[in-house]
Amino acid sequence: MTPGAGARLGTVLARLARRPLALFGLIVILIVVLAAIFAPLIAPFPPNEQLFEGLTLEGAPLPPDATFLLGTDLLGRDLFSRLLYGAQTSLIIGVVANGIAVATGAMVGVTAGFFGGIVGAVLMRFTDLMMAFPALLLAIVLAAIFQPSLWIVALVIAMVNWTQIARVTYTETRSLAERDFVEAESAIGAGRARILFRHILPHLVPTIMVWATLGISTTVLLEATLSYLGIGVQPPIPSWGNIIYESQTYFTTAPWLVFFPGVAIILLALGFNLVGDALRDILDPTQKGRY
Amino acid sequence: MKRVLLASAAAMAIAAASSAAQAAGEIVITYKDDVSTLDPAIGYDWQNWSMIKSLFDGLMDYKPGTTELIPDLAESYEISPDGTTFTFKLRPGVKFANGREVTAEDVKYSIERVVNPETQSPGAGFFGSIAGYDEMSGGEADSLSGITVVDPMTVEFKLSRPDATFLHVMAINFGHVVPREEVEKWGADFGKHPVGSGAYNLTEWTLGQRLVFEKNQDYWREGVPNLDKITFEVGQEPTVALLRLKNGEVDIPGDGIPPAQFLEVKDDPEYKDRIVEGGQLHTGYITMNVNTKPFDDVRVRQAVNMAINKDRVVRIINGRAVPANQPLPPTMPGYVDDYEGYAYDPDAAKALLADAGLADGFETEMYVMNTDPNPRIAQAIQQDLAAIGIKVDIKSLAQANVIDAGGNGTAPMIWSGGMAWIADFPDPSNFYGPILGCDGAVQGGWNWSWYCNEELDAMAQKADAMTDPAMAAERETLWGEIFLKVMEDAPWAPVFNEQRFTIRSARMGGDDALYVDPVHIPVHYDAVTVTDAQ
Amino acid sequence: MAAYLLRRLIQAALILLGVTFITFVLLYILPADPARQIAGRSATVETVENIRQQLGLDQPLYIQYGRYLEGLLHLDLGRSYLQKTEVATLIAARLPATLLLMVGAIVCELAIGLSMGLFAAMRRGGRIDQSLMVVSFVAVSAPQFVVGILLLYVFAVYLGWFPIGGYGTFSHLVLPSITLGILGAGWYSRMMRSSMIDVLRQDYIRTARAKGLGPTTVMAVHAMPNAILPIVAMIGIDIGYFMSGIVVVESVFGWPGIGQLAWQAIQRVDIPIIMGVTLVSACAIVIGNLVADLIAPLIDPRIKLR
Repeated sequence: MTPGAGARLGTVLARLARRPLALFGLIVILIVVLAAIFAPLIAPFPPNEQLFEGLTLEGAPLPPDATFLLGTDLLGRDLFSRLLYGAQTSLIIGVVANGIAVATGAMVGVTAGFFGGIVGAVLMRFTDLMMAFPALLLAIVLAAIFQPSLWIVALVIAMVNWTQIARVTYTETRSLAERDFVEAESAIGAGRARILFRHILPHLVPTIMVWATLGISTTVLLEATLSYLGIGVQPPIPSWGNIIYESQTYFTTAPWLVFFPGVAIILLALGFNLVGDALRDILDPTQKGRY
Repeated sequence: MKRVLLASAAAMAIAAASSAAQAAGEIVITYKDDVSTLDPAIGYDWQNWSMIKSLFDGLMDYKPGTTELIPDLAESYEISPDGTTFTFKLRPGVKFANGREVTAEDVKYSIERVVNPETQSPGAGFFGSIAGYDEMSGGEADSLSGITVVDPMTVEFKLSRPDATFLHVMAINFGHVVPREEVEKWGADFGKHPVGSGAYNLTEWTLGQRLVFEKNQDYWREGVPNLDKITFEVGQEPTVALLRLKNGEVDIPGDGIPPAQFLEVKDDPEYKDRIVEGGQLHTGYITMNVNTKPFDDVRVRQAVNMAINKDRVVRIINGRAVPANQPLPPTMPGYVDDYEGYAYDPDAAKALLADAGLADGFETEMYVMNTDPNPRIAQAIQQDLAAIGIKVDIKSLAQANVIDAGGNGTAPMIWSGGMAWIADFPDPSNFYGPILGCDGAVQGGWNWSWYCNEELDAMAQKADAMTDPAMAAERETLWGEIFLKVMEDAPWAPVFNEQRFTIRSARMGGDDALYVDPVHIPVHYDAVTVTDAQ
Repeated sequence: MAAYLLRRLIQAALILLGVTFITFVLLYILPADPARQIAGRSATVETVENIRQQLGLDQPLYIQYGRYLEGLLHLDLGRSYLQKTEVATLIAARLPATLLLMVGAIVCELAIGLSMGLFAAMRRGGRIDQSLMVVSFVAVSAPQFVVGILLLYVFAVYLGWFPIGGYGTFSHLVLPSITLGILGAGWYSRMMRSSMIDVLRQDYIRTARAKGLGPTTVMAVHAMPNAILPIVAMIGIDIGYFMSGIVVVESVFGWPGIGQLAWQAIQRVDIPIIMGVTLVSACAIVIGNLVADLIAPLIDPRIKLR
């Protein structure tokens, strides 16, 4: 990091806080992070304990009441406790999967964009290839090959998600490399490494930050979808997606089992989307559109 | 020689079942999964099993709603005293949907087609006792030397060993008779263009959406079927199907009452009388791989048996099952009523583990199919085992992956739900060979506990050699003994026997047993009726 | 133009080839044996081995893949392992339902997205604008299965306005289309808003206003068409999103499309069907992208095909 980066980050945060929507997003993210960190302290019950009194005698889940704030699930576990621990799962996967995706995507994109030529062509054609895969189908097959655990799920999501970042950083790198000041630098004989590290990478930071934030939202959604299809995080580890997966057919008789985790997923994804979008405006007002 | 003449009795049985109502009509039945094929040599799914039985006929069948064998395409049959020769006389005048009469040649052709390795039939193994099976399935012969067409209406089977289950085998879908010319005409697509001699003909099939069966006007049985037309709608969630039943759009949701709505419907005065409960030839069990540590120690396996709170598992699935203590389900001949099994006793289980030198418990994995309610049941079991110190990691995977892990021997424990053994025919031997016998304990086999007890295999062989119907009771006792001996070694922890709950619309009539038929699963389409004539 | 098209087509063919190859390899290393699925539970080891030989599953990967490609050259997708039917027939029977759902989703995207965006742009900065943009963010943050289940619960079960899943009539199409299209609607409303705001700033709009044309006329005749064009180009790219979404949406609503076909095939390792559906989806994505790129210069002449 260049000197003053900390100060810059502070400015960015301050500017974010001035936008009501972004502030809302930040608060949501903060709440989820705190919930995940302090889950063991907040949760009224152990998340995986199947309580005898958590089910009716006929085995039906209990609706929200004073003991079970958000009701119980189909095994008599406290839904509120499971949601708190589920926040850990979502965040870990969000950060890890997205981290890998951003790192891979940026590396591919920068390499292809900076060096160009055959290397660039091969890398970008490979990116196109991966983009032509129906992402979910790819994830399903990958999940079937590697027996799912928290880390494998993160890896699978990363393997599906890196391509967009590669495309964006590629385009960005190419346009930077063609700009006058870079061409001027190379004309006076500056080394390639100097150009890359002094002039290209620093300019990519805003783009990557924006994508990293928006990407977490995509990741959270994809994790939920994989869990919803029964190929995500393994039981009994709670994740917001697999809570819904386990209870989806009960949505008419026990709607709280779908409603609460559903809202949690939407809020977290919304938080990252709002912050990401605001970051895009703040860091680079000329960027527009969805890709 | 004994000559068994059952034809008239059978006709009466059918007539009795159908006398409740003669009203003709149309009904709608739904299924979630698509129908993959209606070829009797291939079809082996929940939704196509009974459909195939309604489109095709075998030599034998069962009295509707029961497990009692009756002749079907056969008019009569004889069994030689040594139990190795079966001679069937065909019923004259039975016609395929294309108008041709069913002959003994067709019977021979149909069974050889199933055994022929090129057909890739999942049912070939059922015909293993017919002489010449090994040669044909090994590709050395192109016909079964054991099947002889005596005359156009008589077919004789010679067996390489006595087989008490042979008449059941003649009733299974894979032995149903198909017309050669149609099979050759359609080739591999025969399964989408089935032509048989059954009570219904397929008249429409919109892939992924709908199948229509219409009454076979020329069906040889008087007054069968009762219905003019059945429409099967596929791709519908059970939850959706039930809501549509309430709207009067559906007569039977083929997948039964979805667990989520079960309690609601069960207590609803409007519907509770329309729910039919029936036993099922099914056991849900946990296999423990006896070749892997620490399950190679019988005490550990017994401890697992004692640690599982089966009542709670049954409660979790809303009481839609009964706790099991032995491999055989209660409605299966050979079930031992007075066997107590391993009672739920975590302390005794802990003590056994301590005996085995595992006082501190151990870690292991349990594979489970990833469709509801199986992961849930696995989690309940996981908690029970944790209470005695066994830390279980759940591997919730697609069916194919679980089957693979079981057949490779890589899975220490498997919860059988979703792939569980529903009997192909109501005979105890069907619960032994592939899943508990030495034959199944091989790479790629279905004996996932890899339990192989030569002594029990010998007993099983002896039981299957008792072909004389007079020895049936003795045979059942022997089978009961075999399964209790299995339980002594405890390679399985039987957990429950699923009960089936079918709901039907108010206009559907006929005996309740038809809606939970033990063989025509899930519903006996030939025998059910509607009460309102249209 | 012709040369460009030719190059793109060759590229597309290579991409599809790569997709088939990677899928094939993944299915090859999948720890599940199709032969055992076919052979059933009473089969002996020899029977399973025999089936494996018949299907060529005992061959090395490159021979199996070679055979698959050879089939593809003859436009033969093979036969399903378990259903024995031609994969092409199975896909053809289900593709219309999937395409119908996609058309429905595109209509929803445009109808909801564009009207929201337009409305927001006209009330720029106001409370309506802000609430609409919050709604659009929620739309892009909601997983499809949650949207689907909630719509099903509220509009079909509780209110009874629509059928509870199934296929056949227009009313069956509404909820699945909204579920599949709502994500795109969220994006489009934001794009529409910003492109409308851009357009409204342009000189020709000011000229039109100066000429005394009413605000409605200005909007309808001058502003809207120019704002919509860039969005139209995006629809091609959406097909990729839809292809992933249909697995979920079809399963929530019991829609008889290729998503359900693929999902059931994956459960039982019916490799020819999985390959076929992947290939068809990849084709749709590639064609969608190609169309989007071809349309782009028609809309914005500054973009050149290269």
